[in-house]
Amino acid sequence: MAERIALTPVVAGARPGAVARLRGLFLRSEPLRGYTLLSPTLGVMIVALAAPVGILIAFSFWTQNYLEIVKTVTLANYVALLHKPIYAALLWKSIKIAAGVMFATVVLAYPMAYFIAFRVTRNKLLWLILITVPFWTSYLLRVFAWKIVLGYNGVINSGLMSLGVIDQPLEFLLYNPFAVVITLAHAWAAFAILPIYVSLEKIDRSLIEAATDLGDGPTMRFLRVTLPLSMPGVIASSLLVFIPTVGDYVTPKLVGGTTGIMIGNIVQSMFGKANNWPLGAAISVASMLAITALVCAFLWLTKSARKRVA
Amino acid sequence: MSGAVTSKNKFGGIGVYAVVYLAFIYIPVLFLPLFSFNDSIYIAFPLKGFTFEWYRKMAASDGLIEALINSLKVGSVVAVLSTILGTLAAKAVTRYRMPGRGPAVGFIMLPLVIPGIIMGIALLVLANLLGVGLSLFTIGVAHMLICVPFSMLVMISRLEGFDKNLEEASADLGENAWTTFWRVTFPLSIPGLIASLLLSFTTSFDEFILAFFLAGTEVTLPIYIWSQLRFPAKLPAVLALGACIFVISFFLVTFAEWFRRRGVQVKSTSGV
Amino acid sequence: MTDRPIIQIANVTKDFGPVRATNDVSVDIAHGEFFSLLGPSGCGKTTLLRMLAGFEAPTRGEIYIDGQPMSTVPAHQRPVNMVFQSYAIFPHLDVRGNIAFGMRKSGLSKTEINRLVEEMLEMIKLPGYGKRAAHQLSGGERQRVALARALIKRPKVLLLDEPLGALDKKLRAQMQIELRELQQSVGITFVFVTHDQEEALTMSDRIAVMSKGHVLQIDSPTGLYESPRNRFVADFIGTMNFFEGSLESLANGHATVDAGPLGRIKAAAEGAPGGPGSPIVVAIRPEKFQLSSSAPAGGGENVVEGRMGPSAYLGDRSHFYVHVAGRDEPIAVAAQNLEPSGGRIGPKEPVWLRWAARAVVLLPPE
Repeated sequence: MAERIALTPVVAGARPGAVARLRGLFLRSEPLRGYTLLSPTLGVMIVALAAPVGILIAFSFWTQNYLEIVKTVTLANYVALLHKPIYAALLWKSIKIAAGVMFATVVLAYPMAYFIAFRVTRNKLLWLILITVPFWTSYLLRVFAWKIVLGYNGVINSGLMSLGVIDQPLEFLLYNPFAVVITLAHAWAAFAILPIYVSLEKIDRSLIEAATDLGDGPTMRFLRVTLPLSMPGVIASSLLVFIPTVGDYVTPKLVGGTTGIMIGNIVQSMFGKANNWPLGAAISVASMLAITALVCAFLWLTKSARKRVA
Repeated sequence: MSGAVTSKNKFGGIGVYAVVYLAFIYIPVLFLPLFSFNDSIYIAFPLKGFTFEWYRKMAASDGLIEALINSLKVGSVVAVLSTILGTLAAKAVTRYRMPGRGPAVGFIMLPLVIPGIIMGIALLVLANLLGVGLSLFTIGVAHMLICVPFSMLVMISRLEGFDKNLEEASADLGENAWTTFWRVTFPLSIPGLIASLLLSFTTSFDEFILAFFLAGTEVTLPIYIWSQLRFPAKLPAVLALGACIFVISFFLVTFAEWFRRRGVQVKSTSGV
Repeated sequence: MTDRPIIQIANVTKDFGPVRATNDVSVDIAHGEFFSLLGPSGCGKTTLLRMLAGFEAPTRGEIYIDGQPMSTVPAHQRPVNMVFQSYAIFPHLDVRGNIAFGMRKSGLSKTEINRLVEEMLEMIKLPGYGKRAAHQLSGGERQRVALARALIKRPKVLLLDEPLGALDKKLRAQMQIELRELQQSVGITFVFVTHDQEEALTMSDRIAVMSKGHVLQIDSPTGLYESPRNRFVADFIGTMNFFEGSLESLANGHATVDAGPLGRIKAAAEGAPGGPGSPIVVAIRPEKFQLSSSAPAGGGENVVEGRMGPSAYLGDRSHFYVHVAGRDEPIAVAAQNLEPSGGRIGPKEPVWLRWAARAVVLLPPE
C-alpha cells in the first residue's frame, strides 16, 4: 500500500501576509506568549521595587550635611559603619535575636504541625483555621497583648500578686530581648506552622509503613523518615520567620526597652530624629547584604537535606 | 493515616502539647476582648466590672472611623489589583514554558524577603525624589509590593492542579483565549481568586510599617492604633477595636472557608 | 470525496528544546479513514496529534488540513476536534452544558442546540443524561460525553488521544467496536492515538507505526502484521520469532536463506532486502508453524526438529515454546485448540515444526 498519495502543491492563494506571519510566529513561540502575560506584573514590580532599592543604594553613597544631601559619591558611610562598632554590634545582635526567634518558633511549631498532619483525621482544615484565627487581629495589638501580659502591672504580675505567689512584680519579663523573642515566637506561630504542615502532609504514608515493616520504632521512624522528608517545610518556615524579624521595628519598640533594641529601630531614627538619611541607607544596605549572605549560607548548608527530598 | 503508626492513645502526649500550644496562641489574644469589657482604665488583674463604655468611646471616635474607612479603601483596591497582577503572573508561569522563568518569579517574590522598614524607607526616598506627595495612594503602592507575591503564590498553587486540557478543550471547541478565560478558566478559578482577594485584603488591612512611612495626612487603622498606644487613657477603647476586628475577621475567614468548600465539589477533575 | 488527502503532514519536525519529539514526519490521511498512530510512549504520536489540533506548532514542516496550511491558523479556528486522554470534561457544567459548549458560535437558536444535544445523547447511548453533573459520571460515561461534545460540531477530522486507556478491559473492547461503528456511520475521518497494538489492529483502516519520533511504516493492519518492513514493527505488532541469517540466493521468485538453527529455508523473493550474501533477519509468526509429533512425510525445506518446552493453555488456543539446537531462546508457536486434550505433545518430547515459504518475512538487519 502506498505510503503517500501524491502530494499536490496545495496552497490556495498567495503567501500569508505579514500580519498572519507575525501571528504564526506568536503562536509558535511559547516564551513570547508567556512573557506577554507576565509583563504587566513584572513591569509594576520592577518599577516599584528596583527603583526604590536602587535609589537607596545610591543614597548610601552620599552624605548628609545638616539639612542638605551632598550628592558626591563617597564611601564615608560604610567607613563609619566599619569603624563605629555600635552599628555592627547592633546588627549582629539583631541577627542573634532573629535566630533565636526562628529557632524558638520553628521548634515550638513543629509538634503542632505534626499533630495536625498525622494525628488529626477529620477536620484538618478546622484545626488549621483554629490556628490562624488569632492572627486575624491586628499585629500591633498582638504585640501589645504581650505588653499587657508581661508588663510591670500586667496580667502575669497582677495575677500572681493577687494570688499571693509573689510580693513584688517581676521585672525581668518585659523590656528586654527575652520579651522580643517570646512576642515574635507568638506572632509568627501561624506562619511557621503552615509550611511545615504542608511538607508533612505531602509525605507518602507508605514510606513510614515501609520503615515500620523494616523494623524501626516510632522514634527512629520519625528521625529517619519523617524529619528528613519534612525539611523543605522546616527550611521554608525558618526563612519565613528569620528574614522579616531581623529588620523588625515594632516589636523591639514596644516590648524591647533599651536592651532589646534592634537594627530596625536605628534605621528608623536615622530617617527620623537623627536625620541622617545616607547613613540610614547605608545601614539598610549593609543589613540586606548580611541577611542575603546568611540566607545563602543557610540554603547552601541545607542543600543536601533539600536535594535528598526533592 | 497508618494504623500501625499511631500510639494506642491517639492523642497522647502530642495531643496535650497541641492543646497547650493552642492555649499559648489564644490566651494573649483573648486578653484583648477580656479587658475591653473591663470597667477600669488599667489593664491589670483583678477585673473590676463589666462595661460597654469602651465600645461607646470607640464608636464615637472620629479619628478611628476615618482610619477604618481609609484602611478599607486601600485594602479593597490593593486586593483587587494584586489579585489581577498575581493571577496574570501565575498564569504565565504555570501555563507557558519560558526561559528565565525562575529568576522572573524570584524577582516578583523579592519584596517578601526585604525587611519592611527598609522597603518603607526606600519607597519614602523614592517618593521624595519624584516629588510625589505621601497619601493613601503611596500606601497602596507599597502594599501592592507585598500583596502581589502572596497573590501569585496562591494562584500558582491553585493553577498547578488545574487540568491544562480544559483550556485546550475549550480552544478546540472554538473559543479564543478571551472567551476561554471567561467560560472556563475564570469560573473554575473563583475559589482561588477569593482566597487571593482575602489574603491580600487582610495583609493590607493589617500592615503597619509600610503605611507608617508612606502615609500623608490620611492614616490607616494600624497607624491610628499605633498613635493611640501612647495614651493609657485611650487603651481600653483600642482594645475594644481589637476585639471587633477579631470577631469580624473570624466571620470572614469562616465564610471564605465555606465558600471554598463549595468550590471543591465543582472541581472534581481540576484539583484543588 | 476528492483524491486529495484530508490531512497532509509534510516533513514535520518538532523540537522541545534539545528533545526531538518528531523527526521529519510525513503522513497523508484520506477522507473517511480510521487512521491510527501507534507506538510506545515517547514515540511522538501524541505530539503529532497535538500539532494537528493546533496546541503545538511544528518547528519545521507544514500541516495541511483539507488543503489549507495550518501554520497561521490557531487551534480554535481549525476544522478539527479532539477527544482528550483525560476527557477534559468541564467540571462546572452539566452534561448538556458540556456537549453544547462548542455550539455557542454556531448561530443556532437555543431550541435547535438542545435538539442536537438530545440527538447526540441518543447516539452515545446516554439518553436523559442532560442534567447530570460532571462529577457524577463514570469513566466510560465521561468518555462518551467527550466524544459527543466533539462530534456535535461535525468536524472534518476527529482526533482521539488514547481515549480508551482508562477503561477496564471489557468496556474497552465494547467501546472499540462502538467507536468503529460510529466512525463508519458518521463518515468522519478519525485520527486515533494508541500504544495498544491490538486496539489499533481492531479498529483501523491504516496504521502509522512510530518510534522515537520517526514513522516506521504506514500500512493496513494486515499489511503491518503479515508484511512488516523492519524489526521494530515486526516486534511491536503481535509476537514474532526472529532468526539471524544470510541471504544465499534469489531465483525463480524464491529466496534461499541460511537461517542458522532453522537450517536452509525458502521464502518469497519479493521485497527481500539486500542481495546474495548479505546478512538478513528471518521473522516467522507463531501461528504460522505447524506442529507434529513425527517428521513430516517427504521431508523438504522449512522443517525443523526440536524439543517441546513449557506450554500455556489459553482456552481457545495454546502457546508452545519449542527448543531447537543452536538457539538459546525457544521458538514461540501458537495453535488453536481444535481438538480437546488428546494428542498433546508433552514436554521434552521431540516435535517437528513446519511452515510455508510465504509465511517467512525477510527483514533488513538492524
